[in-house]
Parts: sequence; C-alpha cells; structure tokens
Amino acid sequence: MLQLTNIDKTYRTSSVETLALNNINLNVKKGEFISVMGPSGCGKSTLLNIMGLLDEPTGGEISIDGSRVANYHDKELARLRNEKLGFIFQSFHLINDLSVLDNVEIPLLYRKTSAKVRRELAQEALEKVGLSNRMKHFPKQLSGGQKQRVAIARAIVGRPEIILADEPTGNLDSVMGNEILDILQKLNDDGATIVMVTHDDAMAQRTHRLVRLFDGTQVL
Amino acid sequence: MISNYLKLTWKVLLRHPFYTFITLFGITLTLTVLMVLTSFLDHLLGTHYPETKRDRSLYITRLVQKDTTHQGRNMGPMSFAFLKDYVKSLKTPENVGIATIFGFANTYVNGKRIKLNTKYTDADFWRVTEFDFVDGKPYTERNIDNGDHVAVITDDLRRQYFEDDEASVVGKFIDIESIKYRVIGVVKGSPVTRPYTYGDVYFPYTAPKSNYQDKGFRGRYLAIVLAKDKRDFPAIRTEYASNVGKIPLPQTDGGFTFHEMTTEANPYLEDFASVFLDGSRTTIVYSIIGFLMLMLMGLPAINLVNVNVSRIMERASEIGVRKAFGAPAKALLWQFIIENIFITLIGGMFALSLSFLIIQLINNSGWIPYADLTINFSVFAASIAVCLVFGLLSGVLPAYRMSKLKIVDALKS
Ligand SMILES: Nc1ncnc2c1ncn2[C@@H]1O[C@H](COP(=O)(O)OP(=O)(O)O)[C@@H](O)[C@H]1O
Ligand SMILES: [Mg+2]
Repeated sequence: MLQLTNIDKTYRTSSVETLALNNINLNVKKGEFISVMGPSGCGKSTLLNIMGLLDEPTGGEISIDGSRVANYHDKELARLRNEKLGFIFQSFHLINDLSVLDNVEIPLLYRKTSAKVRRELAQEALEKVGLSNRMKHFPKQLSGGQKQRVAIARAIVGRPEIILADEPTGNLDSVMGNEILDILQKLNDDGATIVMVTHDDAMAQRTHRLVRLFDGTQVL
Repeated sequence: MISNYLKLTWKVLLRHPFYTFITLFGITLTLTVLMVLTSFLDHLLGTHYPETKRDRSLYITRLVQKDTTHQGRNMGPMSFAFLKDYVKSLKTPENVGIATIFGFANTYVNGKRIKLNTKYTDADFWRVTEFDFVDGKPYTERNIDNGDHVAVITDDLRRQYFEDDEASVVGKFIDIESIKYRVIGVVKGSPVTRPYTYGDVYFPYTAPKSNYQDKGFRGRYLAIVLAKDKRDFPAIRTEYASNVGKIPLPQTDGGFTFHEMTTEANPYLEDFASVFLDGSRTTIVYSIIGFLMLMLMGLPAINLVNVNVSRIMERASEIGVRKAFGAPAKALLWQFIIENIFITLIGGMFALSLSFLIIQLINNSGWIPYADLTINFSVFAASIAVCLVFGLLSGVLPAYRMSKLKIVDALKS
C-alpha cells in the first residue's frame, strides 16, 4: 500500500552534502508491522519522514495505494497525510497550548467532522491508550509515557491506514516503553499497518519484518 | 470552520495571558490615541454647535499688509468699516455675519469679580450661526440702529451673575464696566476652541466700546460668510478678491504705508491653518498633522508587528505538527488571519470604551468649557481598518512564510 522505489535523499547545506538515503526500495503491505533499525545517523528518521510525506526525496518515487505522489500539490499531500498517515514522534510534539483532548482532535480539524463527532472520536482514541481520565490536562502536566500515549491517540484518531513511529519509546524508560509497544501491537492486531524505528532488538523481535539501514543504504 | 478557529484563538489567547496583554495593549493604545486625537481635531475643526453651518461658511479673519520697501508687515483682523464695504456688499453669499474677536471685561456680583469675554456682533451674526436660545432672543437690526444697551449672555454667566438657573432673566439688567445692559437673550455657550463664536456676553456692535466707527482697514472685526451652497465658495472668493482689488495701492493705514494687501475668504480648516502659517500653505499643515498621526500610530504599530512576528515564530513547531497531521497551508494561514482579526477587534472594543471614557473626562473636566468631543465613528472604523492592516501584515506575512515551511524544518524548531 506504500511503496518506495529507488529513493535517494541528499541534504545540502552551504558547506556539506550528506547522502542520507541511497537507493531505498521498500514495499509496505497492508497489516504489516515493520521495524527499522540501524546506528544513529544512518537515515532512519529521514526514511520515515519521507514515507510520512513530511519531507521530499531528492530522487525516486513514492506511491500510496498505487498512485504516485510526486506531482501532488500541497492540498493533496495534506489530504493524504490527514487520511492515510499517522505519525508518532520520539519527542511527542504535542502542542502545549492545547489540552490533551484538543491535541488528539487535531487531525480531525482538517476534515469535515462535526465538533461532537470529533470529541467522541478523540475520547475513543484516548480510551484505547488508557488516558480517558486525563482529557482536560495539558501536556506539561503529563509524564513522558502519558505524553507518548496522547501522541498515539492523535496518530490513530483519524483511523489512518499506516502509522509511522520514529523511536516512539526512545525517550521513555523500559517499563513505559513496553506499555507503548503493547499498545502498538494491539493496534496492529486490530489491522493497522505500522512502521516503527527502534534501537531495541527485543522490540524489533515482536514485529513482522526488519529493515536495517547502514549509512543510508538498506542492508536488510 | 471559522468557529473552530475562533475557539482555538480564544484558547491560545487565554493560554498566553502575557502576550495577549501586550498585543491588546499595543492595539488598544494605538486606537485610543488615534480616536481621542481625531475626536479633538474634529472638535476643533469640524462642524459643531453653534457653528453648525461651518460646512458652507467661509471665514474672513485676517488682513495682511506688506511694506515691500522696508520689509514691514502688519497682520490682524479688520475694521467694521472694511467688512461693511467689502464683505457685506458681496452678492453671492446667502448672508454675512460680523463679530469682533473676543475682548475682556469685568463684572461684579456681590463684590465678587467675574471675568468676561465680550463680543460685539451685528444681527446677521445670529443668522450665520445657530445658537441655542434657552431664554429670550437675539438682538435685531432695530436694536442696533437704536444703539440699545442690550446683551445676549450665556447660560453660564446667567448662573453666575443672577445666581439662578431657572427663572427668566430677560429684561433684567447686567452691569458691565459701569454700563447697564438689558438682557435680551440667554444662549447655551460656545466652547473657547471656537473663538469666532465664543464669548460670555454679546453686544450689538453699536454698543459702547465696540470701536465700530474706527476708520482704516484694520481693527477687531471678522466676518463669517455663509454660502447658499458649498459649491459657491470659488465664486465668493473671486468676488471678494475683486472687491478688495478695487482698493488703490499703496495706501497708508494708521501711519503704516503698504504696497501689498492680502486677505482671503477661507473654509474654517484653512483659516485655522493660516493662523500658524501665513499664506495658503495648508498642505504643510496637513502634512504635519499626518506626520504626527503617523508617529503616534507608528510606535504602537511597530510594537504590534513585533509582538505578532515573535508570536508566530514561536509557534513554528505547532505549524509543523498541524501540517504533519494534514493541515493544508491555506488552513493555517486562515487560522492566523482569524486570530489577528479577532484580537484586533477585541483591542478595538477596549479602545472604543477607553476613548469614550477619556472623552467624557475631557468634556466633564471643565478644561474646555462647553467641550463637546465625540467619537467619530468613521474615524473609529478607519482606525480599526488600519489596525487590521498592520495586524494582517505583521501576522499574515510571517504566517504565510511559516505555512510554506517544510514540515521537518518546522518541527525541528
Ligand atoms: N536537515 C538536515 N540537514 C542536513 N543534514 C541532515 C539533516 N537531517 C539529517 N541530516 C543528516 O542525515 C543523516 C541521517 O539523519 P537521520 O535520518 O536523522 O538519522 P537517524 O534518524 O538514523 O539517526 C545524518 O548524517 C544527519 O546528520
Ligand atoms: Mg532519528
């Protein structure tokens, strides 16, 4: 459902050029749980950002559900991000000015959804991550694990086909990290397609498939 | 969608009380200064009681005589005779009223001195203006021809002199500088900021000490020329110029020999401006007023721009998050536009209330007796518009740039 063909990514700054991804080919199938591993700086985040349409590759092609996104305009890309993709970041990226509930509602704001339905869906998503008792809280009042659970609720509230998680447990201790992985596992069992970056072999063991990167090149 | 943005805005504003306060403060200050200032200018220059026909009035208040050989110059109001010969004789206007600039006199009540500003006028003065007679009526040509010792006083003077606010004082006598005048009418006073109609007591020009029989061109009189229609202004000015052009030059007036004489019939604003600048360089006055307004507005506006820009820059990561979850650039732009409009309008409301308060304070302080400052709503609308423009420029341009930012870059900040 999400296909990467010959993806290259070069970062250019005034002084240096970094080849962050080199000819990556990857086909994510429906219902898969894929883990991406590799040493720091090998291009894992870059890969995930490109899959999530948060960044553009310098070469190659991305197709989602069989259609190429290369020539899409801002509006169409926004719609794809909104409907097909859900992102989970290592550093959560919650909006501190908004309550937990408002944070979770964000993806629904850019759809035709009534305020009532928005609220119901957000409450439902928060229940799934076990945070229905923190809806009125603000991010600053939450622990790291709770923040990441809010972020997961935000990623799943719009029922996207693919969840992209960039080191979702990287900022958490192992207990909280395992809780998060349990939630992701459950989502996958319920049919969600997940691509997750991780450093943890034990976690990678629990996924269907492993993609290993080294210096921008896919080695597994 | 708009209600979403509004709700969001409200939440964001409440979450940032300090920034909200600074922004609102900037907007409120800008608008308040602008509104009070314009209200004051309007009070000075607009068409108000009792000069309610100012719109179609021309003012002849100054005569400039130049001695070109000695670089000498005389300037001031005119003699009654001059106005009678060259202004009263105009055919185009509907009417011409004549009055002195205000003078000073004393009166005493129970041994207490009351300082008075006096004005001598003809009967038409009461026709080119629209004084509100709370008692009695104005003096007529007949009073003037008879040289009657009559006077029109203000309600303020009635209160002070007769120590009575209710009973009619028409027919009673007021003793001014040892001359008894019969009160013929009582008017609601004119503020001192309208010097051509302001006074505490008005006498027929044939009353004592008016000097109306003085020969020569210069004196203490001025004329308010009421046109039938504003469009007659050029014709009146031309006619007046031609009347004055008949005076042979050089002339000697009170021992002063002059080779040039200029006098103009001007709308009030230009007449006012020519007090500060002789000649008709009114563009300079407009420029100065414009510049001052710009300065007064500019500082808070710059503050506004600053606050807005930093407010948006701080929210780069929010923009990144929203985009990552499907916000199109346009939606983000709208969010910031609505935020700006919303906060500007709130500031506008504060400014309106504050201006009302300040203006009421000025009106009631007695700082200017009979002050009647009002909020000019077209000015209010214009100030809001200016604020919106500033708000949008300062809010939308950075927001536009931010909304075009690559998501990964926005998220990093
Ligand atoms: N915005 C950027 N500009 C320049 N170089 C970058 C940028 N982002 C990442 N890189 C470089 O690209 C390589 C891959 O980075 P990244 O994908 O973040 O690695 P990982 O997530 O595997 O640690 C690194 O060498 C990193 O320094
Ligand atoms: Mg990374």
